[in-house]
Amino acid sequence: MDKDQDKILDEVTTGEYKYGFHSDIESEQIQKGLSEDVVRIISAKKNEPDWLLEFRLKAYRHWLTMKMPAWPNLKIPVINYQDIIFYSAPKQKPKLNSLDEIDPELKRTFDKLGIPLEEQKHLAGVAVDAVMDSVSVKTTFREALAEMGIIFCSFSDAVHEYPDLVKRYMGTVVPYTDNFFASLNSAVFSDGSFCYIPKGVRCPMELSTYFRINAANTGQFERTLLVADEESYVSYLEGCTAPSRDENQLHAAIVEIIAEKNSEVKYSTVQNWYPGDKDGKGGIFNFVTKRGMCRGENSKISWTQIETGSAITWKYPSCILRGDNSTGEFYSVAVTNNHQQADTGTKMIHIGKNTKSTIVSKGISAGKGQNSYRGLVKILKNASNARNFSQCDSLLLGDKCGAHTFPYLEVDNQTAIVEHEATTSKIGEDQIFYCNQRGISTEDAIGMIVNGYAREVINKLPMEFAVEAQKLLQISLEGSVG
Amino acid sequence: MLKIKKKIIVRIIIMLDINNLKVSIAGKSILKGVSLHVKPGEIHAIMGPNGSGKSTLASVLTGREFAEVTEGTVTYMGNNLLEMSPEDRAKEGIFLGFQYPIEIPGVSMVNFMKTAVNEKRKHHGLDPLSASDFLKMMREKKELVEIDSKLANRSVNEGFSGGEKKKNEIFQMAMLEPKLAILDETDSGLDIDALRIVANGVNKLKKADNSFIVITHYQRLLDHIIPDVVHVLYDGRIVKTAGKELALELEAKGYDWIKKEVENNVIA
Repeated sequence: MDKDQDKILDEVTTGEYKYGFHSDIESEQIQKGLSEDVVRIISAKKNEPDWLLEFRLKAYRHWLTMKMPAWPNLKIPVINYQDIIFYSAPKQKPKLNSLDEIDPELKRTFDKLGIPLEEQKHLAGVAVDAVMDSVSVKTTFREALAEMGIIFCSFSDAVHEYPDLVKRYMGTVVPYTDNFFASLNSAVFSDGSFCYIPKGVRCPMELSTYFRINAANTGQFERTLLVADEESYVSYLEGCTAPSRDENQLHAAIVEIIAEKNSEVKYSTVQNWYPGDKDGKGGIFNFVTKRGMCRGENSKISWTQIETGSAITWKYPSCILRGDNSTGEFYSVAVTNNHQQADTGTKMIHIGKNTKSTIVSKGISAGKGQNSYRGLVKILKNASNARNFSQCDSLLLGDKCGAHTFPYLEVDNQTAIVEHEATTSKIGEDQIFYCNQRGISTEDAIGMIVNGYAREVINKLPMEFAVEAQKLLQISLEGSVG
Repeated sequence: MLKIKKKIIVRIIIMLDINNLKVSIAGKSILKGVSLHVKPGEIHAIMGPNGSGKSTLASVLTGREFAEVTEGTVTYMGNNLLEMSPEDRAKEGIFLGFQYPIEIPGVSMVNFMKTAVNEKRKHHGLDPLSASDFLKMMREKKELVEIDSKLANRSVNEGFSGGEKKKNEIFQMAMLEPKLAILDETDSGLDIDALRIVANGVNKLKKADNSFIVITHYQRLLDHIIPDVVHVLYDGRIVKTAGKELALELEAKGYDWIKKEVENNVIA
């Protein structure tokens, strides 16, 4: 790990967003704007069964009755939903040799992002579902996983191949009426990943979805559904990047996790959407609903997120702890630099007895960034002996940024123990000078200090991604001090 | 022929050459014309009462921004020290043992030292040390300075006691093998055992070609580290320079007689 860290510090010399390129890939798009017809077109393009179209239409009609939430501590410009393209798919070249062949330009794009789509080239032990714009372009290791009964495929494939599973679980954790962006997603979602781990199976590799926005003026609305059946285990990771464009692009996703009895799900996110330029122009609006349900006894869901990208982030990966003795965890590092804004945190809803939750949130603000932690810990009446521990730390770099904490505690059971700790600190000039005096440059010193501050969270990531995350933290804060 | 030889000798015999250095902090004049010449292999002690400018001198030599040089020159190994960045000074062999070592939570000593050692190696055109070589070096230096090996597995200075922090400074000095080490009141707050460990560390690291500036309040450290020269800094000036016996005299008489002597001189 230390060796990797050194390498990172050496490698990183420029502070530019590395993934800002866009690829010339012919894509099939529908007209701008949103209407019932658009919802029908998306459904038709995907040859969906009627029940799914019905689901979409109900969601759309409900969405029309809703307003954008005004409570976040964010300044969000008016979004014109008639100005967004809701479906854009890379046009696949005619398939010549094998069914598996994908467009070389697509392959090059993902190679450039460090996500090779050929299985033999890929990091050992990681299966990837690659999603560009509105569709999944390739899922690796699908067959190998299928041998163990693990289903890992695009959401669209799941709808056709495993309709019963999708029907049984979709919308059970995040209903289509849940919130403004969840309803929007439920109406227009185009693809995403589906994963099912059968009873008693420990998934032998990391599963991951890589999301890439490429086309201009489009929104990305994907859905991930992850089901861990009894006694199973899976570690899942998502990464995301987008080209640097002057206009804002909307990303409104839904992630639903269901954990049955004695199962464990680790869900990690390294979010690096384009954050906009130094003056706050462009960047992704990342409005995401992520929620897990610990349905069975002794189940566990753990969220880890490294949020360095996006112009605006609005997301609260949450756990509903329904099963007795179930556990929810939330580990987060959120960085806001330049003009980025983030209002992020979690909800831990304790329903079952002896349920436990842990929240560790580390906010880092630099430039003119505004970083808010918003978290709800709710202990219901029957949740005897529920325990929660929350720790919310904020680190400030410079004097033009802001850090805010909004903790909500609702406790309806006398036996519950709820703890909340919060700290705010500044990177001291003393710390930087101390590093300087040992021969370490200011830029490297900041990277080191920030990574030290975030270490508790980064350590929760799978090894390969921890290295990536450290690198990202360093890059996204470059030029923010001195 | 002779001339050239002389030049070479001059370059080698002066490591640090401070001439008429005047420094202010936030507009207030702190150093009022300090001159100091340190040769390789020498240990200089700088003593003086509180507020005389000892720590400011350490700050200027290591490049802390708040200390503003208004006049004078500092030459280190033939180069203008004042033009060098703090990290370049460090990589060129200047080490400061901090009076109040800084905590960096979450950054392991191993990682911190490895970065520091390899930055210095890079600066001198050397390849980074392999992980095993580095760990071997850590082990050796830990033994040399008798530091508890657990300290190295913790975050930089986090939760260290005052004594542990000071010992950790000596350990870092051993790792970085500086040409010129400035120890800023390293003895303050140390019990007698820690003091001995710190002093032994310095004595073991002392070679013919490296130098120390030991800033201290008290004579007791100088029982263990024998200085070649003792200076008394008072009110921004070096008012007295002598051999190691000066430290004993100061211990016996306090600083008042120096103050009086200075005042008398001013009047005269």
